[in-house]
Amino acid sequence: MELFNFSKKESRLYMAFMHVTFISLLVGGLMGLLQTLVRSGKYTLPFNIDYYTILTTHGVVLGLVLTTFFIVGFQFSLMGKTVGISGKQLKWGWISFWVMLVGTVLSAWMILTGEASVLYTFYTPLRAHPVFYIGLAMVIIGSWIAAFVNFRQLYVWKKAHKGEKSPLLAFMVVINMIMWVVASLGVAYSVVVLILPWSLGYVATVNVLLTRTLFWYFGHPLVYFWLLPAYMAWYAIIPKIIGGKLFSDSLARLAFILLLMFSIPVGFHHQLTEPGIDPTWKFIQVVLTFMVVIPSLMTAFSLFATFEITGRKKGYTSLFGWFKKLPWKDVRFLAPFVGMAAFIPGGAGGIINASHQVNSLVHNTIWITGHFHLTVATTVILTFFGIAYWLIPHLTGRRLTPRLNKLGIIQTFIWAIGMTIMSTSMHIQGLIGGPRRSAFSEYAGGDQVSTWISYQLSQAVGGTILFIGILLMFYIFIQLAFFAPRGYEEYPIAEEEPDAEKTPKILENWYLWIGITIALILFAYTIPMIDIIKHSPPGSIPFDWPIGRS
Amino acid sequence: MHLHKYEKVWLVFGLGSLVLFLLIIGFAAFWKGTHPQSHIETIDPQNVEANESFQPENLGLTEVADGKYVVNMVASAFNYDFGKEDDGTATKTIRVPKGSTVLFQITSKDVVHGFQVAGTNVNMMVEPGHISRFEAVMKNSGEFTVVCNEYCGIGHHLMFGTVEVY
Ligand code: HEM
Ligand SMILES: [Cu+2]
Ligand SMILES: [Cu+2]
Repeated sequence: MELFNFSKKESRLYMAFMHVTFISLLVGGLMGLLQTLVRSGKYTLPFNIDYYTILTTHGVVLGLVLTTFFIVGFQFSLMGKTVGISGKQLKWGWISFWVMLVGTVLSAWMILTGEASVLYTFYTPLRAHPVFYIGLAMVIIGSWIAAFVNFRQLYVWKKAHKGEKSPLLAFMVVINMIMWVVASLGVAYSVVVLILPWSLGYVATVNVLLTRTLFWYFGHPLVYFWLLPAYMAWYAIIPKIIGGKLFSDSLARLAFILLLMFSIPVGFHHQLTEPGIDPTWKFIQVVLTFMVVIPSLMTAFSLFATFEITGRKKGYTSLFGWFKKLPWKDVRFLAPFVGMAAFIPGGAGGIINASHQVNSLVHNTIWITGHFHLTVATTVILTFFGIAYWLIPHLTGRRLTPRLNKLGIIQTFIWAIGMTIMSTSMHIQGLIGGPRRSAFSEYAGGDQVSTWISYQLSQAVGGTILFIGILLMFYIFIQLAFFAPRGYEEYPIAEEEPDAEKTPKILENWYLWIGITIALILFAYTIPMIDIIKHSPPGSIPFDWPIGRS
Repeated sequence: MHLHKYEKVWLVFGLGSLVLFLLIIGFAAFWKGTHPQSHIETIDPQNVEANESFQPENLGLTEVADGKYVVNMVASAFNYDFGKEDDGTATKTIRVPKGSTVLFQITSKDVVHGFQVAGTNVNMMVEPGHISRFEAVMKNSGEFTVVCNEYCGIGHHLMFGTVEVY
């Protein structure tokens, strides 16, 4: 397998994305800490800052900004490594970076001045300042530019390598970006066509249910957009780190294709308790949601098979002896592994959330927040950290020293402990009914509420531990970016076994897979969308005062 | 494409469980009729009184048959309107006997709200322009806090009510 070496210019682009990522981590993490402190009931924010302002900052900065910047930067580096990047593509890479960054700054400015306390879901008819929506639209448009650069990169490579199969990681990046573009069309339409004119006052009313439905058409694939880069690392990078080989090239591709097909036509599982959507269509999307079980099982199998095969090759023969042989002291392996472990309870919780009726018990309770702090804020984030430990020194021409490796291991443990405490107490509080997205409140002061408060206290304990983890991670990042000793850090990409089975050509038939994806989306959304538009109520006028805008 | 033998076993087992699981929730949904709320019924959010259920005098609890109740409510930032007591003060608590069947009906006059009787599966999104309904049998006695669980603005955490099952 041919790998490209990065030029200085190239590395600088990828690093730019990493800088924004880790600054976001610090800012967003601080907000998270403050949230848990406020919710403990023992702390009030200074300077009259509103809880929902910091919650909006937390959600936007960590959920939308950190993730998108890391993913776009990491994927650029994967493409640069496997298929190369031309001077012109590099330039477009920078354009995508700046469009995203300017958008981020515009939105952040509106949030911090209290003009956009609408949370990262910005449900109508709460109305933020128009500049907030423009900023968000720019973040998305910037990421589209990146997507088209990635498509072009693979296309150019394919033309130069007629008849060869594309490098696995480039294939995966393209799948993720196709999904992203198809999904974000929904939210872009909602923001640009429905919300922006309404927020500017050109249009009097907005269709609330329609904007929510378009949001969730995007919102569910959004979580797969976060997850797929972690899967890329699990399938194609971790095997190399543990000294093994790719388990199966075709299996990995098939899993990604299935993830593409079943990530989008499922947004209704976030809207199960919504009026105005026919229950049969809700059920159909629930069924489609569960299809994701297939690629998930394939992934789990392939990961553990790699672990076992590698361990056995190193001479461990007993049933589970190979497990010991894994490089536990290598943070590049340990951090993603802890992430994988968190995905087991995380995935189980997801099955509960998506279940047609059981959802009613947990919908919009803080159980949901516990769930995605396991999946995104642990599985995905720890895998991203695991990537950062080698990617950043590789880009800056430095080394992950044994001391930094050790700090990384401590970081991983801190995160695991903090998140276990915080997320477990969120899950329990949610089951007794504690709502999410709420500042501290004693409500009517009944028995239920007094139990909530004890769980909110333990969330604050977990949150504090987590924030220490964030400070440590930021320190490690600064070290790797600026101070670690000069040297060379490997960019680990696993190879196939020499006698691996040939990957079937059909797996690279883009027309086929994109076609099926679109067909599934049309099947799942056309009729309910017609319903929603045909049976729409009188539209909603904008509301500014509930979010503190006068 | 080549699939390893153990992988096939694993997938067959997984898919089998999946099918069983979906059959169970499908059975519950279509044969037992336990869908989550879904009432494709619209209303003008700026004139909710046009609908009989949401006229001021019809808000709150009404016994419609033996052991069967309807509760009509209007949500707005940041309050649930449960109607008025005989003395004219706003009702804060809905009281129903244990074992009764209660149909909760609610709509919003302004932004999106939630309506959840904490710790039960009475859980609905309340959206302007739509009527949300959910029927439940109140099997356990106790005092349940009603929470708004969809962010509706800076007073979101101050929006609540109480359901007492005696
Ligand atoms: C120091 C670490 C963290 C702490 C203490 C923390 C804490 C919290 C808390 C308490 C909430 C719920 C607030 C509420 O419902 O009122 C929340 C929401 C959220 N968190 Fe975190 N979090 C942390 C890290 C992260 C990370 C790393 C991510 C994503 C990568 C993340 C993404 C989110 C999102 C998307 C929400 C939802 C916001 C919303 O509902 O609008 N958090 N976090
Ligand atoms: Cu509310
Ligand atoms: Cu609310």
